[in-house]
Amino acid sequence: MVPAVNVTFAPAGFASASRAPAEHAPAGPGLTETPADQVLAGGQVLAQEAAAGIGIYLPLVLLIVLAAGFGVFSVLLGPLVGPSRYNKAKTAAYECGIEPSPQPVAGAGRMPVAYYVTAMLFILFDIEMVFLFPYAIAADALGLWGLGAVALFIATFFIADFYVWRRGGLDWN
Amino acid sequence: MNPFLAQQMQTVEAPGIDWGAILPMVIVFGAACVGVLIEAFVPKHQRWSGQVVLTLGSIAAAGIALGAYVSGRPEHGVVTMGTTLSIDTPALFLWGTLLALSVAAVLMIADRSVEPGGSFVAQAGIAPGTVQDRAQVQSTGMQTEVFPLALFALGGMMAFTAANDLLTMFIALEVLSLPLYLMCGLARRRRLLSQEAAVKYFLLGAFASAFFLYGLALLYGYAGSVKLADIATAAAGTDRSDTLLFAGLGLLMVGLLFKGSVGPFHTWTPDVYQGAPTPVTAFMAACTKVAAFGGILRVLTVAFEATSWEWRGVMWAVAIISMAIGAVLGLTQTDLKRMIAYSSIAHAGFLLIGTMALTDEGLSGTLFYLLAYGFTTLAAFGVISLVRDSTGEATHLSAWAGLAKRSPLLAGVFTFLLLALAGIPLTSGFVGKFVVFSAALSDGMAPLVVIALVFSAVAAFFYLRVVVLMYFSEPASDGPTVSVPGAFTTASIALGVIVTLLLGLLPTFALDWAGAGGFALGG
Repeated sequence: MVPAVNVTFAPAGFASASRAPAEHAPAGPGLTETPADQVLAGGQVLAQEAAAGIGIYLPLVLLIVLAAGFGVFSVLLGPLVGPSRYNKAKTAAYECGIEPSPQPVAGAGRMPVAYYVTAMLFILFDIEMVFLFPYAIAADALGLWGLGAVALFIATFFIADFYVWRRGGLDWN
Repeated sequence: MNPFLAQQMQTVEAPGIDWGAILPMVIVFGAACVGVLIEAFVPKHQRWSGQVVLTLGSIAAAGIALGAYVSGRPEHGVVTMGTTLSIDTPALFLWGTLLALSVAAVLMIADRSVEPGGSFVAQAGIAPGTVQDRAQVQSTGMQTEVFPLALFALGGMMAFTAANDLLTMFIALEVLSLPLYLMCGLARRRRLLSQEAAVKYFLLGAFASAFFLYGLALLYGYAGSVKLADIATAAAGTDRSDTLLFAGLGLLMVGLLFKGSVGPFHTWTPDVYQGAPTPVTAFMAACTKVAAFGGILRVLTVAFEATSWEWRGVMWAVAIISMAIGAVLGLTQTDLKRMIAYSSIAHAGFLLIGTMALTDEGLSGTLFYLLAYGFTTLAAFGVISLVRDSTGEATHLSAWAGLAKRSPLLAGVFTFLLLALAGIPLTSGFVGKFVVFSAALSDGMAPLVVIALVFSAVAAFFYLRVVVLMYFSEPASDGPTVSVPGAFTTASIALGVIVTLLLGLLPTFALDWAGAGGFALGG
């Protein structure tokens, strides 16, 4: 049987409420048959093949190297292989595909504010996902209480959404 | 074994929640959410009345819930929501103070008769000085979002004073700060000053939050926990690095002292107090001060009592600097709102003396001082909002010359409030200073008390200067008029004056309650 590892995947507030692994492990002999533990056993083999300790981070390092290599390759490929024909549009400031707005002359110019609303909304949804992913991972363990908590979270989140929607934040013009 | 795959099935027990204890906070936050929905779905002309009823009703309901809980509360407080909130006697006292102060502040925010259409513009983002901006000043539209924002800030303050670990404290700090940053920028008159105040407060506030967070990280590195009780345990005798502990404490205190507008971290205070709409200034001056010092009290008492010998010298210096800046620079001010801002910096220094005492008397004295100071300063800002000329509030000192001849009642009320701020007997300010200074004396801080008394005398000079100006100067021919306040502002000022008087004459009741128990140390 694989010894239980003290991994806390709940927010800090739950930490004291979660059962200590030591008292949990002998209580559940049935746990060894669960799929999760079979995956665990596989993971153990993997870990033994790699060097002990820090070796488990090797895939992560490889991924970073791969990502950096892909970035450098893609950026260099264009200028090296592609044709370079300049026109006026290409030298203009790039504003996410939007026609560049005239700069304020002395602080009195107007800027299109719709873009900022979109950006703020993106951050709202982004943060919602940031909280929902950890919940999804731990949904079974958190049980009904966790479901209630996350439902409350989404409900309060939608209050802000309703406000934006009713005040015309979603209309582009 | 691979720790990435080691998450095995494990049931997490739900943290226990004492709903009765946190009900006041839940009501405030719930009402804030309903307030946002009102903004979304209720037609424009009904929003103001709906928001006023909802906001005042929810604060009253929270007060009733608090009263119901207090009568049957456990003696040593209760730690709930996991271990994140500690609802003990100081927290309950501060909750009561915050709720009572916010009733008065919301009444001022709701007033639409002193300034036609209310003190807030409908669209705060319009550039000042433009055609749209001038049209906006004339219209009577109002940003009714200010009500849910005030409720969110109030809820954050309540959570802040009850936070049992630094992370909860940080979240609560942001919840109380972000709405305030916004509310500062909504003033109907002097738009540019108002926007400047909002930006300044936001940038400096973000900076202070970063300090707080950095200190939190260092303390976590020291103690391995963000819980105040765990930090106290770790500091009580280990061979861990003192560098981490004191660097963490220092940075944490910078963040907290900033919110309490304690000098030398006060630089935002005069500008923000001056630029923000006066009802919001009143709300900030009273409630933010209460919340910030509630937090400082809890952090110092619960987590850092054992190391008080090491940090007390530094806090002495901070208190002296704060009193000196407040009293001396207050003398040079020509704008009343700025003058009260410097007075609040001086008061922050006095409050810090009580906070440092770390005794039962120090705790109850500081709590009482917060209650007394909150109501006095709130009513003072209420009075300031009534003296107006064609450009809005006439806050320049020269405009107040000879005001007693034109409006004896208003001058009398303002004189009383200034005397309370100066700490003259028969007002709450005197009792507050007395209990705080006597607590400091019995805790061996006699030199500091002498310095504080000197600065009280210096500060009294600039309060009395305004009194002399109002009573013994000839009024200017083109001077400001005194608006007849609407029911809301009248109620707000009356509440402040009555509490100031009552706490000065019969302080025992509030003092007894403030001294009814210490912080809950559970965790």
